[in-house]
Amino acid sequence: MVFKFSNRLEKSNWFIARTIKVLWVKTREAGRDILPLFLVIAFFQIVVIQQPFPNLGEVILGAIMVVVGLFFFLEGLDMGLFPIGESIAEAFAKKGNIAWLLVFSFLLGFSTTVAEPALIAISAEAANVAADAGFIDRNDSSYLNYALGLRLTVAFSVGLAVVLGVLRILLDWPLHYLMAGGYTGVMIMTFFAPREIIGIAYDSGGVTTSAVTVPLVTALGVGLAMSIRQRNPLLHGFGLIAFASLLPIFFVLAYGMIVFNQ
Amino acid sequence: MIKEITDIGYSLLISGRDMLPIITLILFFQLFFLRQPIPNKGRLALGLLYCAIGLGLFLAGLKRALFPIGEIMARQLSSPEFVLGAGSLAENPAWWAYGWIYVFGALIGYSTTIAEPSLIAIAVKAEKVSQGNINQWGLRNAVALGVAVGIVLGILRIITGAPLISFIVVGYIIIVIQTFLTPRYIVPLAYDSGGVTTSLVTVPLIVAMGLGLSNTIPGRNPVLDGFGMVAFASLFPIISVMAYIQCAHVMTLWRSKKFTKGKL
Repeated sequence: MVFKFSNRLEKSNWFIARTIKVLWVKTREAGRDILPLFLVIAFFQIVVIQQPFPNLGEVILGAIMVVVGLFFFLEGLDMGLFPIGESIAEAFAKKGNIAWLLVFSFLLGFSTTVAEPALIAISAEAANVAADAGFIDRNDSSYLNYALGLRLTVAFSVGLAVVLGVLRILLDWPLHYLMAGGYTGVMIMTFFAPREIIGIAYDSGGVTTSAVTVPLVTALGVGLAMSIRQRNPLLHGFGLIAFASLLPIFFVLAYGMIVFNQ
Repeated sequence: MIKEITDIGYSLLISGRDMLPIITLILFFQLFFLRQPIPNKGRLALGLLYCAIGLGLFLAGLKRALFPIGEIMARQLSSPEFVLGAGSLAENPAWWAYGWIYVFGALIGYSTTIAEPSLIAIAVKAEKVSQGNINQWGLRNAVALGVAVGIVLGILRIITGAPLISFIVVGYIIIVIQTFLTPRYIVPLAYDSGGVTTSLVTVPLIVAMGLGLSNTIPGRNPVLDGFGMVAFASLFPIISVMAYIQCAHVMTLWRSKKFTKGKL
């Protein structure tokens, strides 16, 4: 009885020690990711601008929150987002129903983008630019319509991008031709698009993909590539995000050309 | 203390809202279409919860510690007093007069990209999928260098007033040429990394810098010239990642050549 108890105690001690060790290693990793940013800010504050930190306590508290947050996020990736994306891809591949897979892909791209805060901010800003240039009235309804139109355009194009990316994996289209062709097309359209829309179009390509969407979409692609024969996860699994950053540029340029030419 | 708790609670709510469409969509398809038993349900749910908590804390921390200082810094470094120095009379300083803002832009671009959660996710996945052939840190450093170069060029563009199109066209031509020269397996990853560089950490700081600069420099319109910074930061990583793999490729070829020569 006594022996058993001490044995269990030893076991639980070992477990605690191991947990602390793992936690320490992972926290150190998260700290290493964030360290350069703090060094840069500190260097400029102290050496270049030559001012003491305003409320240092706040800064340190914030830094701790950032490190702990990153630690949880990285844990969650391995436990949640990656396996979910992969098991969904596997389930669809097993069912073999391509139509539903495409519907799912479109909804995944559309629903995660349409409410993205960065996109809402950028489309409101874009409506400002358009109003300044005199292309739309400053009254509420046309202003809101323009911003909403832009948002829906971007969300639709991201949905379409995920669909195209999935089709590429299924049908083994070569990505380098698609991308080279796509970027050449965007380049040509840039020359004909109104100047007010260009900066916004290129920025909207960059802001559409959030920290939740990226891991999920990547895991979906890699999972599909692994469940279909003769597909290489590295060559076929990646590339979905690439479509999701290219197509919005295309569609926003087109949206600008249509709206501004009326 | 109460303010702290409500702050954190607010950002947790926000990140929970970001998760909501995804969870709804997956549950819907799971219940009505896929209808397969999910192994480790609890663990998956816990993982999602960790992601939401992690992103919430991460954002709340950034807003508390980094963004305020970073934005003030970007504004100060691009303000006329700092750029021209006290008492300087120069009306239109040459592009090299803005020394520190280039250094700041490059370093901020590099360090925010290293901390970008989406990029970490992609890099971790790439390392796993390639069975360690693609190094997580090598990839992230290549992307971060690309962002640094992109931001320096973006600053140069705002200062000189050169049109956005000229830079973008040159960049795209380089990308299209590189696409056909690099080993095929890296192309999808390179294009992906261009898309993930600019989200949580990078965008607020570089947008503040772009707007600050175009306010300082006479003849620039913040509304027109402030945009485009993000585009630069997502264009140049594509080039740098492909260049990184090309260099690694050439190095291995060179090494193996030397090796066989030594043997013969």
